[in-house]
Amino acid sequence: MRRRDFINIAAVSFAGVGAVVTVLPLIDQMNPSADVLALASTEVDLSAIQPGQAIKTTFRSQPLFVRHLTPAEIAEADKVDVSSLRDPQTLDERTVDGKKEWLITMGVCTHLGCVPLGAGEGENRGEFGGYFCPCHGSSYDTAARIRKGPAPKNLEVPKFSFTSDTAILVG
Amino acid sequence: MSFPWAEHYTPKHPLMQWVDEKLPLPRLVYNAIGAGYPVPRNLNYFWNFGVLAGLALVIQIVTGVIMAMHYGANDLVAFGTVEQTMRDVNAGWLMRYAHANGASFFFIVVYLHIFRGLFYGSYKAPREMVWLLGLVIFLLMMATAFMGYVLPWGQMSYWGAKVITGLFGAIPVVGEPIQTWLLGGFAPGNASLNRFFSLHFLLPFVIAGVIILHIWALHIPGSSNPTGVEVKGPQDTVPFHPYYTAKDGFGVGVFLILFAIMLFFAPNYLGHPDNYIEANPLSTPAHIVPEWYFWPFYAILRAFTVDFFFVPAKLLGVLAMFASILLLFFLPWLDTSPVRSGNYRPTFKKFFWILILDVLILGYCGGAPAAEPYVMISQVAAAYYFAHFLIILPLIARFEKPLPLPGSITESVLNRHNIKGEEDALPGMGADPQPSNAG
Repeated sequence: MRRRDFINIAAVSFAGVGAVVTVLPLIDQMNPSADVLALASTEVDLSAIQPGQAIKTTFRSQPLFVRHLTPAEIAEADKVDVSSLRDPQTLDERTVDGKKEWLITMGVCTHLGCVPLGAGEGENRGEFGGYFCPCHGSSYDTAARIRKGPAPKNLEVPKFSFTSDTAILVG
Repeated sequence: MSFPWAEHYTPKHPLMQWVDEKLPLPRLVYNAIGAGYPVPRNLNYFWNFGVLAGLALVIQIVTGVIMAMHYGANDLVAFGTVEQTMRDVNAGWLMRYAHANGASFFFIVVYLHIFRGLFYGSYKAPREMVWLLGLVIFLLMMATAFMGYVLPWGQMSYWGAKVITGLFGAIPVVGEPIQTWLLGGFAPGNASLNRFFSLHFLLPFVIAGVIILHIWALHIPGSSNPTGVEVKGPQDTVPFHPYYTAKDGFGVGVFLILFAIMLFFAPNYLGHPDNYIEANPLSTPAHIVPEWYFWPFYAILRAFTVDFFFVPAKLLGVLAMFASILLLFFLPWLDTSPVRSGNYRPTFKKFFWILILDVLILGYCGGAPAAEPYVMISQVAAAYYFAHFLIILPLIARFEKPLPLPGSITESVLNRHNIKGEEDALPGMGADPQPSNAG
């Protein structure tokens, strides 16, 4: 390599590195800002939720479903052959030990992010008795597992813990 | 950039001569859209839509800049400021409806423009670059229209933003970081609204820039024409001005009449009533649909409901939707028939109309609920869409026997009007090198 080639490569590389360094903050400014990242956790009081009922609340500015399952719904969820599911999980894996009747999931369809119907009273719960997403027709069962339609995953179960017998802390 | 017989720009007024010596901008305009640009004499009304698309862009930019004077890009006030524009701002209702319906009219004329090109083979050599730049404009238009629809912050705005950015979330590994980056959070919010406003303002000017390249690329070979036969001499062309400025002016009149009818008597016909409900992050409307001009692509997205070869249905739908447009970038090399115009391609013509029907069916299914029988119909229609471009077109090009082409543009014009051998019948005919063997 001649000295002149080296100088040429060095000059172009210097400009290239400079360009990349300049572009990075221009891109990064669009990532979530500090106030968006400073996410609080959400506390939910369960005492008023009757079996068969569900409530909708928010967690990290997205809907959160808190459902009190009936024994029939638990039985129906346990009856399903897990290996036949698109995203195999048992109801036990999706709930806390000894509190199997409390199904806490994000209310965000795993397809393209709509809020599935089924938490409100009288809403269409789909053919598997759980949730039904009106955007592209995904059906979830009583354990909020994907059973039919284009969604790839079960409704996400966020990290949560019981702070007392009738209250949970999500996040 | 033009044929040798194009008229020359000769400024007469001393001021214009002075300008021409310093910065020949009037000369550029004269040679681009004035008498200095010769155009085939046989263009039909399908050649009006380029000018109409340009007009639609101007309407959008002017009404858009005005809308932005009264709009607050903040999730707490956005919906209210649009209502304020409607109720309080002088002629605000007019600006808002003109901007909203203007988007629909922009897409109407651009779709007609695209299908004109598809039928008459305007994408074939030497005009591939015109076609490719046109597709870039189309993609930019869709991005712009999407972000504009988010700004009123109604229910359709919010859930449209969520679903469309969710498309990027389907990409393996990097998908979710990209979606978060686009939204500036984990769900649409103030950060998303704010940046969409900024980009919605920027992109129309990028479109205007690409349009300049689009026209530049067109003016190198010159306009195509309904016969697909290239210009052979001066008798085949007329100067753009006044012949086509007048004809385009007539088209502009018709366009504006139709636009005014929609604007004044049915301004909400093409919109969705749910966007008059303020965005609610906790509830998705039971039947969300995008704007009508996205329906065919939306139907293709929703047609994929089962996983294939371990690729999730969600990703397949997203790939198919983007592929349905990206595919068109390869069209000049998929249709290898040397005959340009569909008028002389009997088999191509039949399949062209089937494609039109197929796209209309896709559009209808895209607007219908995601339930049977629409899902099944859109699966068949989506499969046909891809088959048309990837299988049928290359096969037609190979096996079709085209009809005889006219010897020249002028000959086809004379044949159409049953003028035989009358060389003086039309001005400029004396130089016609083609024998008028009409029959």
